[in-house]
Amino acid sequence: MASKPKLRAKFKDGETSVKAVLIHPMESGRRKDKATGQLIPAEFIQEINCMHQGKTVLSVTAGSGLSADPYLHFIFAGGAKGDTIKLHWVDNQGKSGSIEAPIK
Amino acid sequence: MKRRVFLQGSLAAGTLGVAALTGLLTPISALAAWPKEAFQAKELSEAMKKLLGTDATEENKKIRIDAPDVAEDGSLVRVKVYADLPNVDSITLFSPKNPIPLIASFRLTPGVKGFISTKIKMADTGDVVAVVKAGDKLYSARRQVKVTVGGCK
Repeated sequence: MASKPKLRAKFKDGETSVKAVLIHPMESGRRKDKATGQLIPAEFIQEINCMHQGKTVLSVTAGSGLSADPYLHFIFAGGAKGDTIKLHWVDNQGKSGSIEAPIK
Repeated sequence: MKRRVFLQGSLAAGTLGVAALTGLLTPISALAAWPKEAFQAKELSEAMKKLLGTDATEENKKIRIDAPDVAEDGSLVRVKVYADLPNVDSITLFSPKNPIPLIASFRLTPGVKGFISTKIKMADTGDVVAVVKAGDKLYSARRQVKVTVGGCK
């Protein structure tokens, strides 16, 4: 499992390709802790907002069916080297996080 | 495992909450309330109805799902969807054998290519179903993945 979120945005032939790995357990709430026998509470990302220069290009609504440390790859027309790509996520417990990187 | 590395942006989360409250009830409106009922549905058709308003989709050969024929680890199944259709509004992934069939829905703004690549959990051997909304119509494709060890705990 990865330990740091990753975001790579690359501009080529008029398109920007965005690849991201977020760090999140994506717990369904159905899994038991082997040591205690207690259910591990649900903890999963519900929304991911992907922005280019502050404007949403892709938004994701998710459940716990995305694998742990969610991976996402998408491509959009336009963008330019140096522009900012930012991903912002919110989980079911209200926690959130974000990662940003310039387009290369 | 390091969780919660990024705790900034809670302000933005608050804004999102307000957006959710004022959001429309139409299925998959951008950043509207998280579609709880669709994510509670235990069956594919129910999940589709709750999220998309109907479970009637038209199979379309222009949608291609790229996934392994055999996935040894069901908790990590790489899935790519190519939708060679004009005006793709959204791509939604389902795994009907999962306890919760709805995996995720990706809403594309104009300019985003009809393509999504991600990794999903699959409980058992079964189909990955992709539903693509394009020009107000729903199209679908499915592809079977044999799962060696289920990944839906």
